[in-house]
Amino acid sequence: MRSASERFTFWIKTVQACALAVTVCFSMGATDASSRFNDLGHRLMCTCGCAQLLGECNHVGCPESGRERNELSAAIAAGKSDREILDWFAAKYGATMLAAPTTEGFNLVAWIAPFAVFGAALLGVVLLVRRWSVGKSQAAVALDTANEDPADRARREKIRRETDTGIDGGF
Amino acid sequence: MAAFGSFALLIALALAAYNLLAGALALRLIATGQPASISPERLADTARRAGIASFAVVTAAAFALIWSVFTNDFSITYILEHSNRALPAAYKFSALWSGQEGSLLLWAWLLAAYGFVLRLTHKTDVRLYAYAGTILAGIQVFFLLVLCFAAPPFALFQGAVPDDGNGLNPLLQYPEMVIHPPMLYLGYVGFSVPFAFALGALMMRYPGEKWIKVTRGWTMVTWLFLTAGIFLGMHWAYAVLGWGGYWGWDPVENASFMPWLTGTAFLHSVMMQEKKGMMKSWNVWLIFSTFLLTLLGTLLTRAGLVSSVHAFAQSPIGTWFVTFMLIVLAVCIFTYILQRRHLKSEHHLESLVSRESSFLFNNLVLLTACFVILWGTLFPILSEYVVGNKVTVGAPFYNRVAVPIGLFLLFLTGVGPLLPWRATSFRSIRRNFVLPAIALWVTVIVCLAVGAKPWKDGAFDTGNFYALVAFALAAGVLTAILSEFLRGAGVISRQTGRNLIASTWLLTRRNTRRYGGYIIHIGVVIIVVGLAGSAFNRNEERELGLHDKLPIGPYTLECVGFTQDSNANYNSEYALLDVYKGGKKLFQMTPEKRVYLASEQPQTMVAIHSVPSWDLYVVYEGTNPDSGQPIIKAFLNPLVGWIWAGLVVLVFGTLVALVPSLSPATAALRVPARTAPTEPALKGGSL
Repeated sequence: MRSASERFTFWIKTVQACALAVTVCFSMGATDASSRFNDLGHRLMCTCGCAQLLGECNHVGCPESGRERNELSAAIAAGKSDREILDWFAAKYGATMLAAPTTEGFNLVAWIAPFAVFGAALLGVVLLVRRWSVGKSQAAVALDTANEDPADRARREKIRRETDTGIDGGF
Repeated sequence: MAAFGSFALLIALALAAYNLLAGALALRLIATGQPASISPERLADTARRAGIASFAVVTAAAFALIWSVFTNDFSITYILEHSNRALPAAYKFSALWSGQEGSLLLWAWLLAAYGFVLRLTHKTDVRLYAYAGTILAGIQVFFLLVLCFAAPPFALFQGAVPDDGNGLNPLLQYPEMVIHPPMLYLGYVGFSVPFAFALGALMMRYPGEKWIKVTRGWTMVTWLFLTAGIFLGMHWAYAVLGWGGYWGWDPVENASFMPWLTGTAFLHSVMMQEKKGMMKSWNVWLIFSTFLLTLLGTLLTRAGLVSSVHAFAQSPIGTWFVTFMLIVLAVCIFTYILQRRHLKSEHHLESLVSRESSFLFNNLVLLTACFVILWGTLFPILSEYVVGNKVTVGAPFYNRVAVPIGLFLLFLTGVGPLLPWRATSFRSIRRNFVLPAIALWVTVIVCLAVGAKPWKDGAFDTGNFYALVAFALAAGVLTAILSEFLRGAGVISRQTGRNLIASTWLLTRRNTRRYGGYIIHIGVVIIVVGLAGSAFNRNEERELGLHDKLPIGPYTLECVGFTQDSNANYNSEYALLDVYKGGKKLFQMTPEKRVYLASEQPQTMVAIHSVPSWDLYVVYEGTNPDSGQPIIKAFLNPLVGWIWAGLVVLVFGTLVALVPSLSPATAALRVPARTAPTEPALKGGSL
């Protein structure tokens, strides 16, 4: 029989091996030529008012998307970087041409806030779990020693009994 | 009919106002025990009856509008702007919600209908229902005030009445549009009911958790309607807008998704309160937030606060909604502060790795997702206000921020149900998680082997990577859920001698909440697989002359004709495309483009051939003005059908969860007191 620590090590190594295998698979073939037109076309909006991405605008006779796609192709052919191309479009058509906020100035807040909130909430949940775990032992002591109102205790127990049947799992 | 409808609305307003004021007075008298010249119980009953009567009167107003649409009464501005003589009968119904005033009337009518059912069933708990009915009346007063004074649906057209109307927006002339908005509104409006119960229970310091049991059915039905409404909207966008997708992170789509997220969080966290008496304040605020988000959704849709392709009806009613939302928020905060001691909970967690903790993390993720979407939706306004520049927050933002959160939620969907309440052991984790982990890694390897790789055209592709993770997680979660079913069914099978299918059926019937929930999770997994398929979409666009061919994936489309047609409602152009696979003709598709006569607006009618592995989606984009030949765009969208199939499973699971469980089998078992059965199936699957 293997000990608990040996079993734990075995599982860790298994996970590491799987991760390594997948990483190797991921790296295979990842150096081919990129499709920048498709990528950039999905980072820009069509300016005709259809609220669609430039790469997806499907209006025949759209007054904007054809010209803008040609401009995008020309910019890629000219050897400009992604950043230069996006900046050029933003300068020409306005910031609303970009399908997502940039990572500069106030726009950076758009990207940071979700992760900051998630981090803060995660921290809050962890602290809450710790507090409630501590609260358990304190509550147990309190229940033994404090002069709790018997009616309150009876009511709480009644609720617990009521809700303890047939409510496991599900919705 | 316009005068009849207007008077009906005024009478409904008077009845709702009486319901609110008399109900509030009666409840105050009962709560304080002050002597009064009239019995408070009788006063409360008159208020209830006024609420019932208001349903009849709002129904009369809605009928008046429908009647006016069908009789082409263009003297009413709303009818003039949203209908015409040639409009098919089914779409005349949808004219009711195609504009601002009509959709507000629909809201008021649905709210009255919910209130009607609630007031008829008041004997379940007379006092709690009186509180809830009075709060619903308060909401109804707001909507009727808006209808009577800010957005009257029966306003008369000034000047000579035209012979025909402007017609319905072509985007709305599609079968799903007849049922999508009512479904969505049933969901939106329905959340008023659990909100009213929650606020009422808090106001009256309702003892115990019974109010949650009372509202559970309401909340689930409402959640079901909202879910169905959102998915019908997705299908409509897919079939009508013609861009090959179904979700564009449009502000109005986001507005419907936010209350769904908080409502889902409520449905999960409420179990913590039922089971453990925990998170009482949290649950109350979840349902408050959900209701406020439904109002925000209506505000976004109707007030033009943010630009949206969905904003079919806009007018300056934003101030009304903002004011009402502030009043609701103030009432919620005031009531909570006043009664917060009543919500004191005992919070006991024995382990970080437990069902309780998984619910906490589930709520964390759902609420974070809600925040991300709210943030993305409102950031353009914030940016304009702070730095004077309006920016676009579109799909790239949400794909980068919301999709990872969604995948984490999918992970929790699989993990949560496998964790027992209180605490777990390493052995239990190993027993429950080995199979799902194997399924997950096997799926990764199979996906890589069949070509679903995280790169495209030689470069790492985030979409493909997320799709791969989604497929792997889906396999793991599905295995986890199915193994739960099999474990329980196996026990029943051994005990009763039934086969595995009959045992699974019995297992589900013994604990419909638990196994209905699992079925819902299976539906979610199927939907996620369908969504992940979008990473591998392909499309081809080409001008097609007669007998020209367009290859896409395994299919070849051959143009065998293009022609025109017309009727009283629209003119249309369409192409006849024979579809071949492996040199064999399979079927014909006829993508179409219509121009509606009344509105002179064009509309795409996409041709879709759906099989489980993909959709062949063909759009007639118009004709080349130089050659006169049609331009066809064809998409091959993998796994889209799974999304709609997943919805069916999800709806089925919700219906199962709504059915009461059979009596627990433990009632008939005789076991020694100290050797209580531990297998979940013995007591209906409870762990």
